[in-house]
Amino acid sequence: MNIIPGITILLLFQLFGEAMVIVFQLPVPGPVLGMLALLTTLVIRKGWQGSLEPVSQVILRHFSLLFVPAGIGVILHFQRFENEWFAIGTALFISTVIALSATALLMELVVRSRHSTRGQSTDDA
Amino acid sequence: MTPETLYEAWVYLAASPLLGLTTTLVVYIVCNWLYQRSGQWPGLNPVMASIIVLVTLLKTTDTSYETYFEGAQFIHFLLGPATVALAFPLYRQLPKLKGLWGFILGGILLGGLGSALSGIWIAELLGASGTTLLSLAPKSVTTPVGMGIAEKIGGLPSLTAGLVVLTGVIGAVIGPSLFRLLRIRSDIAKGIAMGTASHGIGTARALQLSEEMGAFSGLAMALSALITTFTLPVVLQYLSYY
Repeated sequence: MNIIPGITILLLFQLFGEAMVIVFQLPVPGPVLGMLALLTTLVIRKGWQGSLEPVSQVILRHFSLLFVPAGIGVILHFQRFENEWFAIGTALFISTVIALSATALLMELVVRSRHSTRGQSTDDA
Repeated sequence: MTPETLYEAWVYLAASPLLGLTTTLVVYIVCNWLYQRSGQWPGLNPVMASIIVLVTLLKTTDTSYETYFEGAQFIHFLLGPATVALAFPLYRQLPKLKGLWGFILGGILLGGLGSALSGIWIAELLGASGTTLLSLAPKSVTTPVGMGIAEKIGGLPSLTAGLVVLTGVIGAVIGPSLFRLLRIRSDIAKGIAMGTASHGIGTARALQLSEEMGAFSGLAMALSALITTFTLPVVLQYLSYY
């Protein structure tokens, strides 16, 4: 599979993002800037993709795997979790419910009122 | 083969990056297989299950996180190019964004600050320490950004990394059921909420449900990283948390 040119292009955009962050001392992470740069390129070159599409699909299909190593980092703070697990757990759970509900309800209202004629619904989950 | 040679082999392999990398992949593949076999039952979320299994393995074999990360860093590294790759699904959904920009920014600001402040207040109410509170604040943004913010406001970056992943898992697990309960129909609304509340792990879950939801979740994740970086430290300073 033609995976080398694709991954190289992704890395070049990431490198560009990281370089911008260092040069201009921006408080955002390099990959996020790299993504915005790639998006801008796609818009300007009207769907240019080179050999990117297959690589992007492969890498995004297994996106959740990539978070596992960082998650294991909790092992460094076992003591703190032992002492404060109830406060931490409750806070994480309730605040995530609040954030999900508030954002989803607001956006649902907006989308319904704007696209009421188009019918966006796809019931899955 | 004597027990000594076996032990020597173990000592040698335990210190090499190969073991940490391979173990992570094998555990994830098995967890993901079980998850698919269960009909994607949320209780078997593969990220959560993998973390529990691997933490147990590291604890029982007395392996340090540093040794493990020697191998796992190769997976961790791919977070960068994967984030860049999110530009793709986003590009394909771009026409649907017309006229929605202002609302999307408002929704992300509401969800991002709501998540941070409610998290801090609840933890404070339940008696968590000051360091925990500050490490908890940036939990809804993607791992590297969250760690950067934690460092700036006086939290512990490595603790934040763990809390960020836990938040992502919680959102990925309860998101779909919560949306059904609240009768959210639009994939745009679901996606923006997933990306705002639970960053990349929420986005990974959203991508499995529909490309549209995944694309908007990726967008919300990127925008919320930008917005939170600039607003959260200011708000916390105003409320004199640091």
